[in-house]
Amino acid sequence: MKAMLLRRVLQLITVVWGVGTLTFILMRSLPGDMAYRIAASRYGQDNVNSEAAALVRAELQLDQSPWVAYWHWLTDLLQFKLGDSLVSGLPVMDSVQHMLGHSLLLALSGLLLSVLIAVPLGLLSAWRGNPLDSVFMGLSSVIRAMPVFVVGVLLLLLFALNWRLFPVAGFGTPAHLVLPAFTLAISLAAVSNRVVRDSAKQTFQAAFYRFSRVKGLSEWQTFRQHGVRNIAVPVVAFFGIQLVSMIEGIVMIESLFSWPGIGHGLAHAIFARDIPVIQGSALVMGILFVLLNTLVDMICLWIDPRGVKA
Amino acid sequence: MKVMPFYKKILMCASIVVGLLALTACSGPTSSNTVSVSGAFEFTSLDPSKNGYVFSRMQVLETLLDVNEKGLLVPALAKEWRVSDDARTWTFDLRDDVYFHDGSLMNAEAVVNSLLIAQSKHGALKKAPIDSITTAGDHSVVISLSRPYTLLGAVLANYANSILSPSAYGKDKEVVALSGTGPYKVFQFAPPHKLVVEKFDDYWGKKASIPYASYLTGHRAESRVLQAKSGQADIVFGLDPASLPSLQRLDTLTLHSNPIPRTIVLKLNSGHRFLDDVRARKALSLAVDRQGIAKSVLRIPGSETEQILPASMSNWYLQNVTPETEAAAGTPESLLASLGWKKNAQGMLERNGEPFELTLITYADRPELTTVATAIQAQWEAIGVSTKVEVTNSSAIAMGHQDGSLEVALMARNYGFIADPLGVMLSDFGSNGGGDWGAMNWNNSEFSADLMTLEHTSDPVKYKEIAQRSAQIIYDERPMIPVSAYVQQTSVNTRIKGFRFDPFERSFYLNEMEFVKP
Repeated sequence: MKAMLLRRVLQLITVVWGVGTLTFILMRSLPGDMAYRIAASRYGQDNVNSEAAALVRAELQLDQSPWVAYWHWLTDLLQFKLGDSLVSGLPVMDSVQHMLGHSLLLALSGLLLSVLIAVPLGLLSAWRGNPLDSVFMGLSSVIRAMPVFVVGVLLLLLFALNWRLFPVAGFGTPAHLVLPAFTLAISLAAVSNRVVRDSAKQTFQAAFYRFSRVKGLSEWQTFRQHGVRNIAVPVVAFFGIQLVSMIEGIVMIESLFSWPGIGHGLAHAIFARDIPVIQGSALVMGILFVLLNTLVDMICLWIDPRGVKA
Repeated sequence: MKVMPFYKKILMCASIVVGLLALTACSGPTSSNTVSVSGAFEFTSLDPSKNGYVFSRMQVLETLLDVNEKGLLVPALAKEWRVSDDARTWTFDLRDDVYFHDGSLMNAEAVVNSLLIAQSKHGALKKAPIDSITTAGDHSVVISLSRPYTLLGAVLANYANSILSPSAYGKDKEVVALSGTGPYKVFQFAPPHKLVVEKFDDYWGKKASIPYASYLTGHRAESRVLQAKSGQADIVFGLDPASLPSLQRLDTLTLHSNPIPRTIVLKLNSGHRFLDDVRARKALSLAVDRQGIAKSVLRIPGSETEQILPASMSNWYLQNVTPETEAAAGTPESLLASLGWKKNAQGMLERNGEPFELTLITYADRPELTTVATAIQAQWEAIGVSTKVEVTNSSAIAMGHQDGSLEVALMARNYGFIADPLGVMLSDFGSNGGGDWGAMNWNNSEFSADLMTLEHTSDPVKYKEIAQRSAQIIYDERPMIPVSAYVQQTSVNTRIKGFRFDPFERSFYLNEMEFVKP
């Protein structure tokens, strides 16, 4: 375990440097003049012109060489400074905290709900087999084939417009979280119930599982003692990976429900060439990725201690 | 001593918590005490030079002068103003008893401080020929100009020149708190999506009756329509015209369609070898089916236009122009044939072996632009002009103008950005062959001289005469091709009364609204 944690700390340092450097290079290589892009985001489409761009260029010293800019970023990073947004002038840490906090809240709620949906359905599919299995698999294929935006609009039509139970968009109260979290959960559950179902099916058909029934354990005892842990390992690993990809990949949900998450913020920062925000967000997400992977590995080791020997 | 049983303690604690929560809920904004507004634009900064339009619309910020629905200047924080005989000195007498949101009284010193800071930032005030901005006593401000400049009043009415309390600025002149003078003050600032304002009891003018107002960015038109339908938002701006029939059926909503001084126009590089002759520009203009675009693409029949400025800006609008006026010059085919263009075997135009190919850039901030661009692409292809459409960022237009790479751009230009259209006309057509958002490599000495004259013409009759002449030159020479005028579609929930639309989009007039009593 100690060796694993040490490895992960080294990995974290590499990720922080690598993600920041890569973002810097990629953003600098994009076509178009940064000063104009930043000016358009700062002053709005009606008020962007070459004077605004010149002002931005002078204020942010965009004429300095990429090496000098990179050196400034690296030395700031070593002092744990992420800098200020080029567009709003606000500290990057504040924006990232605001956006990431909302994204994490949405992602964790969505993930939790998806676990509550996917695990029972997946287990039921594997346990009862056909025709229920085919029905659930067909349903999950249909939901998966639909863009997440469509799922969101359907939920909005039903719960916000027809029954007026939840608000259409916004944030700030628990009611605002319900529909985006459910949209995310349904879309995630459509994939993860397959992972649960496959893992459970594999376990149910395994020789050790059948043997435990032969030796006289009840169906429930067999499942509890020999099923849960074996099914859980791939499922936990899958959910862990999903969580990270979800945080950055929920742009559509954030746009639809006016949710101020990091996916949406990052997309806007890229359009605006707001490099400190992009670097800050990518950096925090990189750190989060390593931390979540470590957490998932630790949970998997706890569930299945055989991994330690390996 | 009697000891309270454990369950009673728990019950008491719970009731205190519930009571506190209820109190908090009652004292803050709720749907019953808040008018909620939804629109498409985001905001990131407190600085009026950047996002002042949001704070001006939500009535947090005010300017020295205001603009009425006809575009005329009216008193605001300045109760009256005078211009000296040589038109170089403007004196503004400030209103008495105006309080900032931080509780301090507005005086001439605070106004001068705000204007000097605004002058140092990006905006129209920076370009004005100002020599000095000084106080004249406690309640008068004097602006001295290096030359007569009739636009000054309209420039001062721009949101970037809002008046803030001295305490609103940090050490580097950055805005740290939005202490304005409007009928509402900031309650919650959660960029880029949410702004909540609270009524300001010490407001000098008509005090608000609704305690709170909130603004929420609805990025997607579909989401905004649903907010209107569900009643979550009381006022929704920027509705998709396709959704209007379904909204009209709801008896909880009233819909408003208001023309605004924004026009979809094609910016042409008149120095391009294919476009340097006015006949080529006219041919491209004639080939655009404006009616078809207005009806089928924008779904606002009647919004098609031949002129860059709307009829409401009557000084600049030519009454005698009809869709047939330009057709008298010939057909697109005949005009292009007179320039030596001939169709090849594929039906595309060629001259000396060179095909008529253009690159049209536009931006996705306004989704309708991309669909209009592809419609124009098809319409120009029908006359043999091949067009490559590139969807990019709005700043690419200003950049393409500066580096000379731009050929054609499709954009939505706001001619009411400065209440007097001369402000935008000067920046778009006034200098060196045009401006970032106006003409490009197009020079007309008579036109330039006229614009310069207008800067110091105060006689309204003479002003109109010159403006009409300028509008005619733009129409005749086609350095820009207008396509369609904008119509703002707004829904208002019937629980709100007193809504009125500001065509210059400076204010939502929240302080005039009331809840309809059930």
